[in-house]
Amino acid sequence: MFLRFDEISRSFGGLSALSKVSFCVEAGTIHGLIGPNGSGKTTLINVVSGLTRPDSGRLLLDGRAIHRLPAYRIAALGVARTFQNIRLFSSMTCLENVIAGQHLRAGLAIFPRLLCLRSAALEERQSWADAMGCLSRAGIENRAKVCAGSLSYGERRRLEIARALALNPRLLLLDEPIAGMRQREIAEMESLFRSLVETGVTILLIEHNMPFIMRLCSMITVLHFGQTLTTGTPQEVAGHPEVIEAYLGVQG
Amino acid sequence: MKHGSMAVLLQQLINGLFIGSVYGLFAVGYTLVFGVLDILNLAHAAIFTLGALTALWLTTGAGLSIWLAFPLAALFSGALGLVLDRVAFAPLRRRADSNLSGLISSIAMAIIFESAALGIFGARTVRFPEGIFLNRVWRFGSVTVTSLQVEIVLTALALMLALTAFLKRTRTGKAIRAVAESERTARLLGINVDGVIALTFIVSSALGGVAGILYGLYFDALAPDMGRSIELKGLAVIILGGMGSIPGAILGGIAFGLSEVLTVAITGTSNLRDAVAFTVLFVILVLKPSGLLGRGRVREA
Amino acid sequence: MESFSQFFAVYGSLVNFIGINALLALSLYVTLSAGQLSLGNAAFAGIGAYASGILTMRFNVPYTISIAAGACLSAMIALLIGMPVLRIRGIFLAMATLAFGEVVRIAAVNMDITGGAQGLVGIPCKTTTYTIYGVLAATTYFLARLGGSKIGWSLASIREDETAAMVMGINTTYYKTLAFVLGAFIAGIAGAIYAHLNFIVTPGEFGFSAAVQLLIYNIVGGRQSIYGPILGAFILTALPEALRGVGVTAGPLRLGVNGVILLLVILYLPNGLISFFSKVSAWTGRRSGGAFRGEV
Repeated sequence: MFLRFDEISRSFGGLSALSKVSFCVEAGTIHGLIGPNGSGKTTLINVVSGLTRPDSGRLLLDGRAIHRLPAYRIAALGVARTFQNIRLFSSMTCLENVIAGQHLRAGLAIFPRLLCLRSAALEERQSWADAMGCLSRAGIENRAKVCAGSLSYGERRRLEIARALALNPRLLLLDEPIAGMRQREIAEMESLFRSLVETGVTILLIEHNMPFIMRLCSMITVLHFGQTLTTGTPQEVAGHPEVIEAYLGVQG
Repeated sequence: MKHGSMAVLLQQLINGLFIGSVYGLFAVGYTLVFGVLDILNLAHAAIFTLGALTALWLTTGAGLSIWLAFPLAALFSGALGLVLDRVAFAPLRRRADSNLSGLISSIAMAIIFESAALGIFGARTVRFPEGIFLNRVWRFGSVTVTSLQVEIVLTALALMLALTAFLKRTRTGKAIRAVAESERTARLLGINVDGVIALTFIVSSALGGVAGILYGLYFDALAPDMGRSIELKGLAVIILGGMGSIPGAILGGIAFGLSEVLTVAITGTSNLRDAVAFTVLFVILVLKPSGLLGRGRVREA
Repeated sequence: MESFSQFFAVYGSLVNFIGINALLALSLYVTLSAGQLSLGNAAFAGIGAYASGILTMRFNVPYTISIAAGACLSAMIALLIGMPVLRIRGIFLAMATLAFGEVVRIAAVNMDITGGAQGLVGIPCKTTTYTIYGVLAATTYFLARLGGSKIGWSLASIREDETAAMVMGINTTYYKTLAFVLGAFIAGIAGAIYAHLNFIVTPGEFGFSAAVQLLIYNIVGGRQSIYGPILGAFILTALPEALRGVGVTAGPLRLGVNGVILLLVILYLPNGLISFFSKVSAWTGRRSGGAFRGEV
């Protein structure tokens, strides 16, 4: 298994957000994470990306315990994420956002730049080109020079994904990536995620769009009140009585 | 402990209490604006100065009695607060970085107010005219208390308690607290948020002006830069007591006044007094920025 | 040319001050570009000034080494207090650095080696206009190139959204400290150079007003590019002279004009005067990698 949650628990001021969450994500798959609002999905993603430390339990990435590492170290291990309420650099252009996301690449050191070496200029051009590549994968290369603050909602989500791709991730954590997108955009995202998985990326996906989750994910984990309700294939989960009860009245 | 040093200690405590209550009054105005708007109003000290100088002018130039000049100067300070809000803060409210731009704006207004004070009143130190009020002196052994000091403390405490009651009991007071909690929710509840904010500035500045008058009476010296020394101390007080907490400002002010006086008494010199204060401030900011009684979180927009 | 040397005879001192203030403004720009509102740079300049002044005066250390030593001391102290201080957010950071500045000032007033309230008197006059502008040019070049480097991009990311920066792999503590220390170093150089300009430095020159002044240079000039603080320092330093030309001498009116300018800028031109020259801004933006700006 690639990513293993081992009894992860976290409470905030007496309120238990996560309680002994345990499941596994296999490498090279798209794993869905669903649950009613407030079930702890985003908190769990925060734990994985290192923004929140669990009170107890372990988190293993490729066999290595990462639950105590600071966020930047976890990113260096190839973990990228998007945010539910979108954290873009709004006063930068799309291209600049993605270049900023390339932080973990080598290069752009200060001394070659000070000496105006040709290698520095080449590196700069390379980083621009690579950033454009990420933008085209997310389908917004035509908005490269546009300020991130002026994008439409769907474009912003795609920019976040493009920026996450700049990290060349092994594990991609997506927190409601298609919320607010139109049908055509959703279809584009679906094929993007599938193509990523083909190149070996593992995706952990939070979404409320049930058809999307059912189509895309090979395995799904359901959270309810911070606890793992069940983990299984889409068919198993859809037929699970407790899942149906938890979602009673909630349509995908 | 010898009787003499006991008396000295007592005297110091009394002095500390008096200056502390003035600090507290000043700090309350500061913290009121921060609590409601999350903005540090650095023009507060300038209004402190203008309030004092206005009271002075009313008594010397216009020949009014101190009992009339006092409230008039307080009202004038409140009016300055309104000007401050309308000119410098209200236009910036919509901006994303309104905290920083509000701070800068208040710095600009502080400079403008200071230059007005300099221009109108000149750079010399002036004092309230003699005999402006009766100042009895009471002696208990070797401890001296003047009626002026008592009046200052009572005034400061009365105002601070009145403010606390106002915020807790009256509808307007509750509206202010609502806006302090969450501006958006307050608007949804139909509260006239802009009006509430303007009122907050008026009250805060009036209190600041009163603090200035009391300070000028106590130290018997007014100058256009008298706000300078209290500006940073007021900041230290609200950090100590907690940003946005009125009881914290009151207690913090008194504690600060006491610690100032005691530091001088212990070290024998006033040189390190401020250094100790700012070091303590620094340490508190590192350990618990919200202060001792402050709200831990920033208010929601 | 004779008119040039005439100009210099009259305005030499002003030109020097503009250069030093520009350098100080740049030192704050570095810290602001990481989103840190630090008001301690005046104190760091003071530390550099006193340290280098003492070294030259008392210990006959050569000028260049003295300057470097003063700047290094500022940087080391910045490193020491940076770690705890940079964890504090926003306005509280400003207050903590302000408190630090006051402690430094009071220390300078109370120590014998710094000459107490009178200040350090008798520092050899070693700074020339060329020194000042040489250092300014070098610093400007360095910061311009820093903009498009990994460090520059990291600082810009931290400034925009620190949480997002963290999950992008940026060690925010490291970069914030770097910006803080670099700012202190530049301020230290500026202070050290200044100390050798006029025989004397006094504690009052590096206090609260000076700290606020540096912030004003950045705000009025503009935080979008490195030329903003330079422009701000130029305008606000030259302004009193210009006003003197039209008959407005030192005093309330001059002070008031400063305040009015600041108010007008923050209300109507929040990106500073440099945004007037938006074409230039865009040009320098593209050249230096774009994202390195001093907005907080």
